[in-house]
Amino acid sequence: MQPQLDRNLRLTLLSNMVLIRAFEDRISELAREQGRLPGMQITCHGQEAIAAGVVRAMIREDVIVTNHRSHGHMLARGVDPNTLMAEIMGKRDGLNRGKSGTLHLADPARNVLMTSTVVGAAPLLAMGAAFAQHYRNEQAATSVFFGDGAAAEGSVHEAMNMAAVWKLPVLFVCESNCWAGAQSHDEHCPIKRVADRAPGYDMPGVVVDGNDVEAVYIAAKRLLEQCRTGRGPAFLECLTYRMHGHGEIDEQHYVDKDELAAWAERDPIELYVKVLQTDGVLDSRDAVEKQAVQTVDAAVAFADASPYPPPEEALEHIYVHPIGQEG
Amino acid sequence: MTVKSFGQAVAEGLTLALEMDEGVFLAGEGIGTSIHVNPHLPTYQLLERFGSRRVRDTPVSEAAIAGLAVGASCMGLRPVVEIMYFPFFTLASDMIINHAAKLRYLSGGLSSFPLTVRIKSGMFAAGCQHSHYLEAWLAHVPGLKVVYPSNPADAKGLILSAVFDPDPVVIIEEMPLYWSIHDEVPEGDVRVALGKARVAREGQDATLAAYGGVVHVALKAAETLAKEGISLEVIDLRSLVPLDTASVLDSVRKTGRFVTLHDATRFCGFGAELVAMVAEQCHGELKAPPRRVAAPDIPVPFTPPQEEFYRPSADTVADTVRKLVGRS
Repeated sequence: MQPQLDRNLRLTLLSNMVLIRAFEDRISELAREQGRLPGMQITCHGQEAIAAGVVRAMIREDVIVTNHRSHGHMLARGVDPNTLMAEIMGKRDGLNRGKSGTLHLADPARNVLMTSTVVGAAPLLAMGAAFAQHYRNEQAATSVFFGDGAAAEGSVHEAMNMAAVWKLPVLFVCESNCWAGAQSHDEHCPIKRVADRAPGYDMPGVVVDGNDVEAVYIAAKRLLEQCRTGRGPAFLECLTYRMHGHGEIDEQHYVDKDELAAWAERDPIELYVKVLQTDGVLDSRDAVEKQAVQTVDAAVAFADASPYPPPEEALEHIYVHPIGQEG
Repeated sequence: MTVKSFGQAVAEGLTLALEMDEGVFLAGEGIGTSIHVNPHLPTYQLLERFGSRRVRDTPVSEAAIAGLAVGASCMGLRPVVEIMYFPFFTLASDMIINHAAKLRYLSGGLSSFPLTVRIKSGMFAAGCQHSHYLEAWLAHVPGLKVVYPSNPADAKGLILSAVFDPDPVVIIEEMPLYWSIHDEVPEGDVRVALGKARVAREGQDATLAAYGGVVHVALKAAETLAKEGISLEVIDLRSLVPLDTASVLDSVRKTGRFVTLHDATRFCGFGAELVAMVAEQCHGELKAPPRRVAAPDIPVPFTPPQEEFYRPSADTVADTVRKLVGRS
């Protein structure tokens, strides 16, 4: 039995997930409109509970480092959906002035410190950020998100090793969504649970149902407290499924339709709506969904109204003090 | 002014930086407790002096060492990390090239990465997996600054500038210089600006641009040439990025002849960039085609006679300059 969470927190967990879903649904739609969104779009359909659960378990001083599938983490952390959408469109008023696109988002003001799309690199960055927290004796931790596919990279292991040797406050959040590109878990990972590697680095490895937002929240909260109080890093594996392919161009011809349908039955939002309705916390989901759609409508309108940055602005933001070299 | 070895001068720069800013910390393999005990090593006794919070021995884990620097610098610290030998940079290169150099750009200027990577370089009879001059790779990456001192005063002044620079700086230290070069070093926080070359020797007949240990090779050649009545100007670049283009071009406009020198292999070496720049900017003012003196396009060999064969010598430099001025 999970302890009962605060009513407001439960509604926030739901509204976070619903906003993420509405945002990602719109990205999917826009991605299918010719010329609307530059480049490949990667959504977190089906993984909303992990973003909402882990991020709600964080305190303001905690830091996030994330990866190419980051919209959920950003939105749960309170990143402005307007500037986020504008950034994904490559617009001037985007969060990163069109330099990032969907792939490399950063909002340091909200402690979404860095994103790396080099698969498996984010844990190294997080280890370094957590070192700074440790060095300054802050009561804060760094959560880093990556997938079961990324866990094959040596960089993940180097990050876990260094974090463990120095007892750094890192929560390694592995979103095990069963796929690494077009390779299934069995093709890229010799063990069923990535978290089984955690004890090899002398850190707790906890496995939760990644589609159960409260299970994710409760586990993350406990592990983050452990990180913040000098007991070293922890590993949280959230079992889930990648519902929309690696990116929106991915038709997932290699995915078993029955398997996908079975996971659709376990949709994290639908599961949670039932729980909240059973518990009498949620009267109607409509208001929550309407609010989310309005937020996304406003974000698209904001992004559409923003111009592209001028081409020559490509020359800026390389160095803090630009260096003058004669051409 | 006190006479110090190159290694002691680096140590003095690191010591000052650690004293001046609580956010400065050092990390690397064996930088605290080392299998090598030598008072000319730049981190000699810094662990004893500053403790293991500020001076960190790391696991053998170059990607993590570089990742530590990127993550911690994004949080506002000033990491100074050491890559034991230049070829091991390849293991750290994703963090340095894809992250340290690019994440500010990708953030649209929201983030900055005030980190320093010290890379130990040079030849020491260990073969090509321990010795490889890769500075041209680094100079080719927008977002990095690359500095390469030749003498103790510059080593101290450049390391101080690197540590307190707001952007990622890679400083390449040739280990044989640590104990072989002794010279006067100014006291206190005296910095050498990044991107300012130094005229190591004035001359009239030809300009040679070099950096690091081969500056001394060039000076030796200039001495020989002077006896023959050939006056060679030697420019010590000190930093490759930013590059002091004006100092090089002004000198070439004066002498009308240009030669580059580096320990790195010739093909796509930094000398090629310098020669291209001079060709583009000084074409009508050149009295002879520019020349490059560099290592042959081979891995650094192990056995001593072959290692010596690899290394560009003062004789080769002198011969090249003689040809350049038409006195061969």
